[in-house]
Amino acid sequence: MTDYSSVIPAKAGIRGDEVPAAALDPRFRGNGGVIKTRSEPFLEEQAAPATKVRGYWESVFHRLRRDPVTLVFAVIVLLIVLAAICAPLIAPFDPYKESIVGRLKPLGWRGHPLGTDELGRDMLSRLIYGGRVSLLMGIVPVLIASLIGGMLGIAGGFIGGRTNTAVMRTMDVFYAFPSVLLAVAIAGAMGGGMANGMLALSLVFIPPMCRVAETATTQIRALDFIEAARASGARTTTIIRYHVLGNVLGPVFIYASSLVSVSILLASGLSFLGLGVRPPVPDWGLMLSTLRQSIYVVPFVCALPGLAIFITSICCNLVSDGLRAAMDVRM
Amino acid sequence: MSSLAYDPRDRGGPQQPMLIARDLRKHFPVKASGGKSVQAVDGVSFSVGKGETLGVVGESGCGKSTLARLMLHLIKPDAGELVFDGDPVGVAPGIPIDALRRQVQIVFQDSYSSLNPRMPVRDSVAFGPFVQGKRKDEARQVARDMLGKVGLDPEIFGPRYPHELSGGQKQRVNIARALATGPRMVILDEPVSALDKSIEAQVLNLLRALKRQLNLTYVFISHDLNVVRYISDRVLVMYLGRIVEFGPIDAIFERPLHPYTRALLASRPSMDPARRIELPPISGDPPNPIEPPSGCRFRTRCPFAEMVCETADPMLGPLQGPQSHVAACHMQEAHSGHSLAASA
Repeated sequence: MTDYSSVIPAKAGIRGDEVPAAALDPRFRGNGGVIKTRSEPFLEEQAAPATKVRGYWESVFHRLRRDPVTLVFAVIVLLIVLAAICAPLIAPFDPYKESIVGRLKPLGWRGHPLGTDELGRDMLSRLIYGGRVSLLMGIVPVLIASLIGGMLGIAGGFIGGRTNTAVMRTMDVFYAFPSVLLAVAIAGAMGGGMANGMLALSLVFIPPMCRVAETATTQIRALDFIEAARASGARTTTIIRYHVLGNVLGPVFIYASSLVSVSILLASGLSFLGLGVRPPVPDWGLMLSTLRQSIYVVPFVCALPGLAIFITSICCNLVSDGLRAAMDVRM
Repeated sequence: MSSLAYDPRDRGGPQQPMLIARDLRKHFPVKASGGKSVQAVDGVSFSVGKGETLGVVGESGCGKSTLARLMLHLIKPDAGELVFDGDPVGVAPGIPIDALRRQVQIVFQDSYSSLNPRMPVRDSVAFGPFVQGKRKDEARQVARDMLGKVGLDPEIFGPRYPHELSGGQKQRVNIARALATGPRMVILDEPVSALDKSIEAQVLNLLRALKRQLNLTYVFISHDLNVVRYISDRVLVMYLGRIVEFGPIDAIFERPLHPYTRALLASRPSMDPARRIELPPISGDPPNPIEPPSGCRFRTRCPFAEMVCETADPMLGPLQGPQSHVAACHMQEAHSGHSLAASA
């Protein structure tokens, strides 16, 4: 072994418990100039008032309960989702059943509460069934994008350096296109259909999702507790799992919930252009597209799919806004 | 030394320093400067004896925190070596970095950012033991014990989040977190600088009590000389990435050798209004660490600077024994060419 005698052969003196007053700054002087060092830890802190301590999710729900606006819109979203799931149970008619006589009838015509479309199909039933497709197109692409974009963002943000630059500049290439244009281009290139539409939307949402995750990760990575975790011997994967994910999931979840409404809108747009669902499958965007020629015949009936899209997306937006507020730990 | 209880991890015996640093060097490259770099730590050698508290003082930006991170290999040194209890760190026959981190821990200045804001503090404390191989329930038990040791009731404070605690309480949690893995040495990087004075005293007393209880060795980094004097056995004074003076605490405070140490001591606020400081003892900012002055780095602000200070780099004298007191100054070096040099 190397000889270290040139560097201080240390023999440290340990000081006694009581330090002479002369050696001390006056502000530490307690009684008679001698510092009272207690061998037992102090117990003052234990006398602190015991306030109710809540877990994270418990406190989120506690704050949500005091936010009636979010609650009301959350209930509406829930009703729309329930209606879509239970469509066969609540739809008054078969959404595919056409009728030559009953085409483009106004609201309330012969037991059709919301009228009929250009092929005489019941509007209410078609709207309920259309919700299935629209919600699916709203949620699935966002889920896929959160997963892929989130992982890319966390990896890039945590590794940093050139890896991060490579990931983020690639994302910027996709960012350069307006989202509608990109979705139309991808869906157009791959041909229409529901699966391709979802794929196109997923690709559109990956860059913004990745950016949100990357920003959150970069902020977290610079904090001392990551360094402290590393100092206690934790490996990168352990640090990401226990310290990064919990902090990044919040912003990612909030952003994802706001993307659901965008996704519904874009999906409707794709269907409207004939790049999404194919007829005769009921879909809000597609219905809007086929009914637009009849806007002068039964204006209100033709506007109904648009109204459904509007209500769903605005409710999703308001709920995501409320969640953002409720999930902020520092409130 | 006799007060140290037997520790099975003690390999070198009481005479073997806990940590030896030899010629540690860390330069951070500066972008857009044409290959220049900030010389954060530039050739620093010292040792920390077992059971002692080594104080590190210096102005902001002198490399104190970089030194702390180098000691744990949180950043890789560009040159130099570390020897922990006789074993070279991170070199083949010595002690691997993972093993070093089981025995050395760090407490940071910013008590808020040192705790995961989304984790109840008991989980933050339990994380260290958990990653070092304890089962989850064992790690939780350690966390409860450690929170109790730092004076926080684990039932009341354990389930709380960092934002629900005061600065002093958070810093106690950080101390508990650092101690939870059972380290032998703790690096305290300005642990009390962000606390107010009454809490500062409490935390300092807590640190002293814990050191005795758990047979710890401390490296205590601070810019507050009074705090360093209260807690340290020996002090290392840094200026622009180098050690300018090193010695036992009382010797440094009563007989400072280096003009920089003298200036630092003189700049302490006086408690006696009759001895009010009229003139600032050092003026100006420290020189640019990207291009430090030639020769002695303090010469641009030193009242005694002469020709020799510009041309020759003063060396820190050889250390003989734990009580030796040395300074890197031409005035301390016989025949250095400085007119005030001690004639040997």
